[in-house]
Amino acid sequence: MSCKLAVDTFIQQVVSGLATGSIYAALALALVMIYEATDVVNFAQGEMAMFATYICWAMLSAGVPYWGAFCGTLVIAFAGGLLIERVVIRPVENAPILTIVIITIGLLEIFNSLAGWIFSYVQKPFPSPFPKEPVRFGEIVLGSHDLGQIGVTLAVLACIFVFFRFTPLGLAMRAAAQNPVSSRLVGIRVGWMLALGWGLAAMFGAVAGMMIAPIVFLEPNMMGGIQIYAFAAATLGGFTSPVGAVVGGLIVGVVENLVGTYVSFIGTELKLTVALAMIIIVLLVKPSGLFGRAVVRRV
Amino acid sequence: MARRGAPVVALVAVAIACALPFLLSNFRLFQFTQVYIYAIALLGLNLLTGYNGQISLGHGAFYAIGAYAAAIMMDQWGVPYGWTIPAAGLICFAAGFLFGLPALRLEGLYLALATFSLALATPQILKYFEHWTGGSQGIVLAKPSAPFGLPLNPDQWLYFLALVVLLAALWLAANLLRGRVGRAIVALRDNPIAARAMGVNSALYKSLTFGVSAAYTGIAGALSAVAIAYVAPDSFNIFLSIALLIGIVVGGLASIAGAIYGAFFLHFVPNWAQDISKAAPWAIFGVSLILFMYFMPYGIAGAVHRIAQRLQRPQSTGDGREPPPSVRTIA
Repeated sequence: MSCKLAVDTFIQQVVSGLATGSIYAALALALVMIYEATDVVNFAQGEMAMFATYICWAMLSAGVPYWGAFCGTLVIAFAGGLLIERVVIRPVENAPILTIVIITIGLLEIFNSLAGWIFSYVQKPFPSPFPKEPVRFGEIVLGSHDLGQIGVTLAVLACIFVFFRFTPLGLAMRAAAQNPVSSRLVGIRVGWMLALGWGLAAMFGAVAGMMIAPIVFLEPNMMGGIQIYAFAAATLGGFTSPVGAVVGGLIVGVVENLVGTYVSFIGTELKLTVALAMIIIVLLVKPSGLFGRAVVRRV
Repeated sequence: MARRGAPVVALVAVAIACALPFLLSNFRLFQFTQVYIYAIALLGLNLLTGYNGQISLGHGAFYAIGAYAAAIMMDQWGVPYGWTIPAAGLICFAAGFLFGLPALRLEGLYLALATFSLALATPQILKYFEHWTGGSQGIVLAKPSAPFGLPLNPDQWLYFLALVVLLAALWLAANLLRGRVGRAIVALRDNPIAARAMGVNSALYKSLTFGVSAAYTGIAGALSAVAIAYVAPDSFNIFLSIALLIGIVVGGLASIAGAIYGAFFLHFVPNWAQDISKAAPWAIFGVSLILFMYFMPYGIAGAVHRIAQRLQRPQSTGDGREPPPSVRTIA
């Protein structure tokens, strides 16, 4: 009996790990898309997601129904991401890494302080679109929000897979990321493709933000911890692999939950340190990640 | 080189700095003390990021290590505060050197990523070792008074202490960068392959630079613990690390004087921006990071250098836009 109980707990922990993992996966995917296209790690990704979540909150407070606000936010996030690439990133496209890192850190600051300025630093509750009652499978009790969260993320991933695989625009974007010079020669507007990539990344971020906000509450610093896990996910999966980002996110989510439950000295107090350790270990042992390709540079 | 007037300017600046304690209120004086402490930390980060080209977004962690090392030594073992400052420097040198070893394998972005995560995790780690660090309560210390019966009040004494440490730090950094070692450090930033081909031991120099940089920042942290007489984990969050980055960008990457300009910016801009809104200082910081990168990539130091060149050689035919030699390739 106690053994059965242990198994049930384990399954519950794995599912809730997959649920948070799907958030990390969405944010990691956003990071990877931008990295693939422009070789930039966007340190502001989490804060952009947080800001999008505030926009959703503002719409909800104005009386817009949940899914309406959800879709509205996605559109605004997409436009916002596009605009940021055009206005802020484009002028420094070919600048050294340090310049671009500094610019994204500047964006991080701007979004963080704008959110505090406009919406105040007070924590706000954020609604979940899913029912409150947990779902039961025999003895196993699973949170509906957890399951819904996994569902939404999977749906988004499916859409994006179809988009990149089966549409001409998706093909053009992949081409622009892989070989900008040849793409330009066949008439693809590479600059715009990169901007579209930023738009899509901002959208994934927004999904992650809106899904996690009911759990962590809405406040300007809510994405700090999530972003470090998304970094861990992207590093583990490999910064050059979208599939890796998703798998990495799920693995990281499950590991985080299991370690938090079963390794007593870590608990919840060292969660961020676990992510830090994961990042450093992966970078030391296999810097290209599980699915990434090693970068060979001609000198 | 171009700046024949530089020693004179420096002497005048030091003379003014020495006169300030007898002209300003204790409150103002304490603000200057904090500016000097920031300047030491910025100098450290600039050695690493500006001169050596290794991006650190987590120097707040070394600031924290220095502050806590000093605080714990004073609080738990009753070590006199004067000794805790060099001790904190040594501890941070070791910590930085050790962090620098794996960091050798991480280039550019990955190092930025690892240090950014370090900065995010720092407050949590500090809270975890509650027995030593006092958890989220932090450690309360006693403010030191002037030794040897000097006729100074505690604020004046702390001011002079910070000033002396800053001057020593500036002098050491200038000497370090002027010679063979400095050229190796800059060469590793500008062209690592050529530098290695010339016989520069890349691993050694990079991790040593990391160590020295962390030591500077740690000494600043220890001084701040002594000056503020209080340490708490949440003051060493990611925003401290980002503030240090802002300081070197605004002050001037790869510039020694830039550390001082940056420190003034970091301390006084939030002071008046706070009146607009609680969020205003960071909004201004964020916007100025981006604007500086676009329009003044060599920071205030670059602008000062340009003006000084104009003043010295008004007949010069060049457009005077040339940045100082050590920063030419960075941004």
